[in-house]
Amino acid sequence: MTRKIRVLLAKPGLDGHDRGIKVIAAAFRDAGMEVIYSGLRQTPQMIVDAAIQEDVDAIGISILSGAHMTLFPAILEEMKNRKVNDIILFGGGIIPDEDKEELEKMGVAKIFTPGAPTEEAIEFLRQAVEKKKSDEKIM
Amino acid sequence: MFDKRFLEKLKTKFAVWDKKAAKVRSQKSRARFFTISGVDIDELYTPLSIKDVDGEEYYEKNINFPGEFPYTRGVHYTMYRTRLWTMRQFAGMGTPQQTNERFHYILKQGGTGLSTAFDLPTLMGYDSDHPRSLGEVGKCGVAVDTLADMEIIFRGIDLSQVSTSMTINSPASMLLAMYLVVAEKQGVPFEKVRGTLQNDILKEYIAQKEFIYPPKPSIRLITDMMQYCNKHVPQWNTISISGYHIREAGATAVQELAFTLADGFQYVESAMEAGMDIDDFAPRLSYFFNAHSDFFEEIAKYRAARRIYAKRMRYKYGAKNPKSWLLRFHSQTAGCSLTAQQPENNIVRTAIQGLSAVLGGTQSLHTNSMDETLALPSEKAVLIALRTQQVIAYETGVANTVDPLAGSYFVEALTDKMEAEVEEYFQEIERRGGVLNCIEEGYFQQEIARSAYRFQREIENKERIIVGVNDFILENEKLEIPVLKIDPQVEKEQVAFLKKIKAERDNRAVQASLQKLKEVAQGDGNTFEAIMDCCRVYAGVGEMCDVLRDVWGEYVENQAAMQAS
Repeated sequence: MTRKIRVLLAKPGLDGHDRGIKVIAAAFRDAGMEVIYSGLRQTPQMIVDAAIQEDVDAIGISILSGAHMTLFPAILEEMKNRKVNDIILFGGGIIPDEDKEELEKMGVAKIFTPGAPTEEAIEFLRQAVEKKKSDEKIM
Repeated sequence: MFDKRFLEKLKTKFAVWDKKAAKVRSQKSRARFFTISGVDIDELYTPLSIKDVDGEEYYEKNINFPGEFPYTRGVHYTMYRTRLWTMRQFAGMGTPQQTNERFHYILKQGGTGLSTAFDLPTLMGYDSDHPRSLGEVGKCGVAVDTLADMEIIFRGIDLSQVSTSMTINSPASMLLAMYLVVAEKQGVPFEKVRGTLQNDILKEYIAQKEFIYPPKPSIRLITDMMQYCNKHVPQWNTISISGYHIREAGATAVQELAFTLADGFQYVESAMEAGMDIDDFAPRLSYFFNAHSDFFEEIAKYRAARRIYAKRMRYKYGAKNPKSWLLRFHSQTAGCSLTAQQPENNIVRTAIQGLSAVLGGTQSLHTNSMDETLALPSEKAVLIALRTQQVIAYETGVANTVDPLAGSYFVEALTDKMEAEVEEYFQEIERRGGVLNCIEEGYFQQEIARSAYRFQREIENKERIIVGVNDFILENEKLEIPVLKIDPQVEKEQVAFLKKIKAERDNRAVQASLQKLKEVAQGDGNTFEAIMDCCRVYAGVGEMCDVLRDVWGEYVENQAAMQAS
C-alpha cells in the first residue's frame, strides 16, 4: 500500500486568521491525507523542525497579514540551512500577483489566492508529491 | 395581534391556496432555498407563521415601540429621523503620519467618526523593534509604539470634537491610556472624550486569536479599565463586544449572535464579581456585528439581538436603569463575502449589506472597500465605500421611518426563530460550564470551523453560487483597479523613530513606571492607572506588555482541542 500524503500546515508571523487553514486542513483530511496543523505564530525554525520530525511530504503556510515577502523567504532559508530539499513548500493568502510570481521563482511550489477551491489545492498536492516520488526513484 | 377567528379562517383559506400552489411547486429554480447560514426558508410566510400572534399582548411583549422594552424596533424613539447612524470608516496604515493624513481626509469628506486600525505588532503587544515584528510593521494598520506615535496620529484633530474607535484588544489599556494622555496634553477634560475600544478579549480566544495573556488576567485588565472610566471618562465605551470576527471566522448568523451575547454576559458577570454595580457599567457596553449578505437573516439578527439582550439584562441580571437594557451596536459589512474575482462587484455586495444593517437599526456602520481581498484599500475604494453609505442615507428613503420591516411575517418569524435558537446555544454553553470552559475545551472554535467547512463545500459543489467565483466567471480576467502597497520603508522609518524616542526619553522614569506596573499587576491594585503613568513617560506598548507577560504568562491555544472532529 502506498503511504498516505503527509502534510504540515502552519501559520507563521503574528496573524491569527485561521479560517482558511482550518478549511484546508479539513479538506485534505477528507481527501485521505494525514494533516498535522501546528497552529498559530510558528517561527520558521518551529515549522521546519516540525516538518522534519513529522517526516512530511509538504508544508502548507497561510498568511493574510501582508508579511508574506518576509516570512516565505525566511522559511525557505531555514529549509536550506537545514538541508531540507525533499519537502514541498506551498501556501495561500492575500498575496498580490507580482509577489506570487516572485515567491514561486524563489522556490515556493505554489501560491493559492482567495477564491481558490480546495479541490485545486488537493490536486496540486497529489501531483507534486507523485512527481517528487518519481524524481526520487530516478535518483 | 390577530384574533383567533380571523386566524382560523385564514388557515382554511391557506389550505386552498396551498393546493393550487402545489401544481407548480415541483418546478424549482433552485434545488434548495436556504440562507447563507444554512437555514431553510419556507416558501411563504403569513400571520400563521408567527408564534403566539393570537395573544393580546403579542405586540407589546415581542415588538413594541422603538425606544421601549424589549427594543426590537430600535433603541431610540425616532431613530434616523433624529440622527443618522455614524458613518465610521476604519482606517490606519503605515506610519502615524500617513494615518493622520487619512484621518484628515475622512473628516474632510464628511466622515463623522474616526476608527483606528493598528498593525499586528501593536495588536500583539510587541514594539516595532522586536524580532517578531519583522515584516509586519505598518502592514494591516498603523504602528504605535509610544505616546509619540499617538500624538502624531491625532495631530490637528480636537479630541473634544470627534469620537474615536480603536480596534485593539489585548493591549487595549495601553492604547486608551495613550489617547487620554494626548487629550490631557490638548487640554481636553476626560469628561469630553468620546469613543469606543474594542477591548473584547473573549472573542480573541474564540475567533480572531490575537491574545497575549490567559483569560483571567485579561479580564482583570478590562474590569480595571471599566472602573477607571466609570469614574473619569464617562462617555467612553469601554468595550465593544464583537461578533464580527466570530462571523468572519465562519460562524453562522445564529452562532455569531449566540456566542457574542454569551461573551457579553460573561463580562457583565465578571464586572459584577469585581464588585461593580451593573447599572454603573452596563450603559457603556456596546456591540459590534457583521453585516453579511443574507439580507433578511441579518435584519432578523439585529432585531433579535436587542430583544434577547434587554430581557436578560433586566430579568436575569437585575439591571434597573433602562439604559443598561439597550443593545447599541456598530456594524461592518462582511469582509469574508468579498471576492478577489471581479472586485468591482464588491461595491454591490457592500451596499446591500450596509442596507441590512441600517434596516436593522445600527448605531454606526463601516462599509468595506471593494479591494480588501487584494490589499489594504486604496483612497478611491475608501471614498466609494463612504459614498455607498451616503447613498443609503440620503437617496433610498429607508431612513424616513423607524424599523420599516416590522410586521413583515417573514422578518418577525425569522426574528423569533433566531431568538429561540440563540437560547438553545445559551443552554448548551451553560451545560458545558460557561464561556471560559467552552473556550478552553475548544467548543466555540469547533462549532465555527464546522460551519466554515460546510460553507466552503456548498460553494465547491455549487449548492451555493458566488458570482464571479463558481459561476458567471470571466475568463482571463485582468485586474483593473489600483492596489495599494505599503512601502517596506515604513518599517525602517518606524523602527528608527522608536530608537530616537527611546534615546531621548527619561529612561529612569520609564524603568520606575514599569516597575510600578509590575508591582500593581502582582498585587490587586488598578492596573489602568499604572499604565497611564507608563504612557506619560513614553514607555512602549511592547515594554508594558512584556512586564505583564512576566507576571501573568502567555496563553497558548491547545491545538488538539480546536480541530473540528
